[in-house]
Amino acid sequence: MIKKFIYLEWKAFIRSASFGKNLAMKIIIGFFMIYFSLIFIGMGVGAFYVLKDMKLEPLVTVNKFLIYYFLFDLIIRLLMQSIPVLNIKPLLVLPFKKLTIVHFSLGKTALSFFNWIHALFFIPFSVVLILNGYDVVEIVFWHLGIMAMIYINNFLNIILSNIDKLFVVFAGIVLALGGAHYYKIFDITLFTTPFFQSFYDIDGVFLIPILVLAGLYVFTFKYFKKNLYLDAGLSVKHDIASTENLTWLNQFGTLGTFLKNDIKLIKRNKRSKTTIFMSVLFLFYGFIFFGNSHQPAVMHIFAGIFVSGGFLFVFGQFVPSWDSSYYQLLMTQNVPYRGYITSKWWLIVIATFVSTILASFYIFYGWEVYLTIVAGAIYNIGVNSHLVLLGGAFTKTPIDLSNAGGAFGDKKAFNVNAMLLTLPKIVLPLLLYWLGLHFGSKPIGLSLVAGAGVLGFIFKEKVFSLIEKRYKMEKYSTISAYKQKN
Amino acid sequence: MIQVNQLLKKYNGTTVLNIESLEIPKGQSFGLVGNNGAGKTTFFSLLLDLIQPSNGKILNQNIQVNTSENWKSFTGSFLDESFLIGYLTPEEYFYFIGDLRNQNKADVDALLAQHEEFFNGEILNNKKYLRDLSKGNQKKVGIIATLIGNPEVVILDEPFANLDPTTVSRLKKIIKDLADNPNVTVLVSSHDLQHTVEVCDRIVALNKGEIVKDIQTSKETLQELELFFAV
Repeated sequence: MIKKFIYLEWKAFIRSASFGKNLAMKIIIGFFMIYFSLIFIGMGVGAFYVLKDMKLEPLVTVNKFLIYYFLFDLIIRLLMQSIPVLNIKPLLVLPFKKLTIVHFSLGKTALSFFNWIHALFFIPFSVVLILNGYDVVEIVFWHLGIMAMIYINNFLNIILSNIDKLFVVFAGIVLALGGAHYYKIFDITLFTTPFFQSFYDIDGVFLIPILVLAGLYVFTFKYFKKNLYLDAGLSVKHDIASTENLTWLNQFGTLGTFLKNDIKLIKRNKRSKTTIFMSVLFLFYGFIFFGNSHQPAVMHIFAGIFVSGGFLFVFGQFVPSWDSSYYQLLMTQNVPYRGYITSKWWLIVIATFVSTILASFYIFYGWEVYLTIVAGAIYNIGVNSHLVLLGGAFTKTPIDLSNAGGAFGDKKAFNVNAMLLTLPKIVLPLLLYWLGLHFGSKPIGLSLVAGAGVLGFIFKEKVFSLIEKRYKMEKYSTISAYKQKN
Repeated sequence: MIQVNQLLKKYNGTTVLNIESLEIPKGQSFGLVGNNGAGKTTFFSLLLDLIQPSNGKILNQNIQVNTSENWKSFTGSFLDESFLIGYLTPEEYFYFIGDLRNQNKADVDALLAQHEEFFNGEILNNKKYLRDLSKGNQKKVGIIATLIGNPEVVILDEPFANLDPTTVSRLKKIIKDLADNPNVTVLVSSHDLQHTVEVCDRIVALNKGEIVKDIQTSKETLQELELFFAV
């Protein structure tokens, strides 16, 4: 019976829309998978030596931060890891035992990207520890304990995913703990470090998370089995709708019509809502670069682009796929392409503008840093906004709006197109800035970047005509691509 | 009104639609019947420029549909649920279409009031998004939305499917009313011979992409069609 399930899963995997029929695409996907895997493995191997270099005991240090690691992992899961409920329905009336269905769908989550990605870090890290004279058996125990913790998160996510907006609570907890830790009010790691450390130090402690995991599995199993009915666990939650007229947008004519629709699009769908969350995350990206002497100065512009460009990258990237489910409708209405594109452009511009204002806390690092962000924002508005819209004509992956998972990692929406299109948007300003920095000074570099943005803005109408033409050319293939959803 | 010339659609060498010539005069109510795969939806998709013809052309009021987009302002259509915007409420959807067709809120409201009976109290003010409506109710929304802005050409693909008996008879009345208007050309496709015969002046049967019957509706039409499709 299990063989049948595996057969179905394999088909689902190789036939998923974005897996692509195109060989070149598959190769690129493979390349990126390997690349990211290598990064994680590299981190696993490197962590030991880096920490050693910093005169820290590697295992203790890792244990110290594990609590944050796990909490953060849980937040990411709540946001992105989807629950395998939907494809259970067709199996219910077939001669499968319910037990098998539940076991299988729970077992399936164990193989999720969100689980094995951790192995890529922890396994090399454990191996390096062993090579450096740590006790083999104890390390294996520690490792098992950690893996159990990761799977506890996996099942917690399944149980908790029915509760909306829970990730906000966890994000709040992380922020509170982190803040309290930073300001030395309360240090959670004082309690958790010894616990994680005892997986290694004391025989048998690692059994605690494994037992908890077993208990959690039994609980989830029972919960799922009890709810394996169309009007219980398998029911789709319906939102209570409220009609919003947003009449203040009427003054903008067709543009207003589209803006109204886009605002509702973002507000009412899980997937698009996460883009807002992601854009907020991007705001803090600069902390990695500014005030960090390890990073080369040229990378500042990199941060400058990303801080204000979060929305541009996570939302703009997927225009017009956001409208994929009703693209045919738009094509039969009296819709000028330009109005449609302009509305998306304005949305991006407004978001970039707001992000730039919100990012004003970077002034704390000095005006120069903030000016870098402003220059990045100008470049985003002038050049990148056009590039994402142009790229949109080629991004033909339909978006399932109701599905929150997928922005990253979820195998069904791992979109390499999007990543490839990101590169020119960053490399060009990086180059301009570097030139300015190399042959002149920082202000020259910044004005080169901003100048490119202004230039793009001046040629906006021209570029829009070009984009419009592209969209028209791609019309039929886009329609047919959007029809092929799962 | 609508002229079809040497229209041909092929997928990988297989012909799915081949119409030598077809003319639908203004004001006619035109019914398209045929089995699955006969080419009904393909024809409508070509008419709406959603797919490209392999050869030939379609003129909608003398506008070639795949070269100019001006037909869009007087053509209303509903092919399937992918014409609905799932995250809107029915009202918002109607106003959205209204905006695109230059109708203000009052115009749309007037049209909706006219069709209140058709909605049967299940559509408006129901605090539901379109994606959460049943298939039948979604269809009701889609059909009425095609009427916004007084289109001169109305295209409905399988409008009777998924509707309850009461709604079907109400829909027939709506289509008949449209057909009575000499300025409106109605194109309807269906598997259901009886419904189509009831509402259409003229019936064209497609089989494997070709026109096999073209009849003006009369008392004998239903029998003739039933005989034709019987095995």
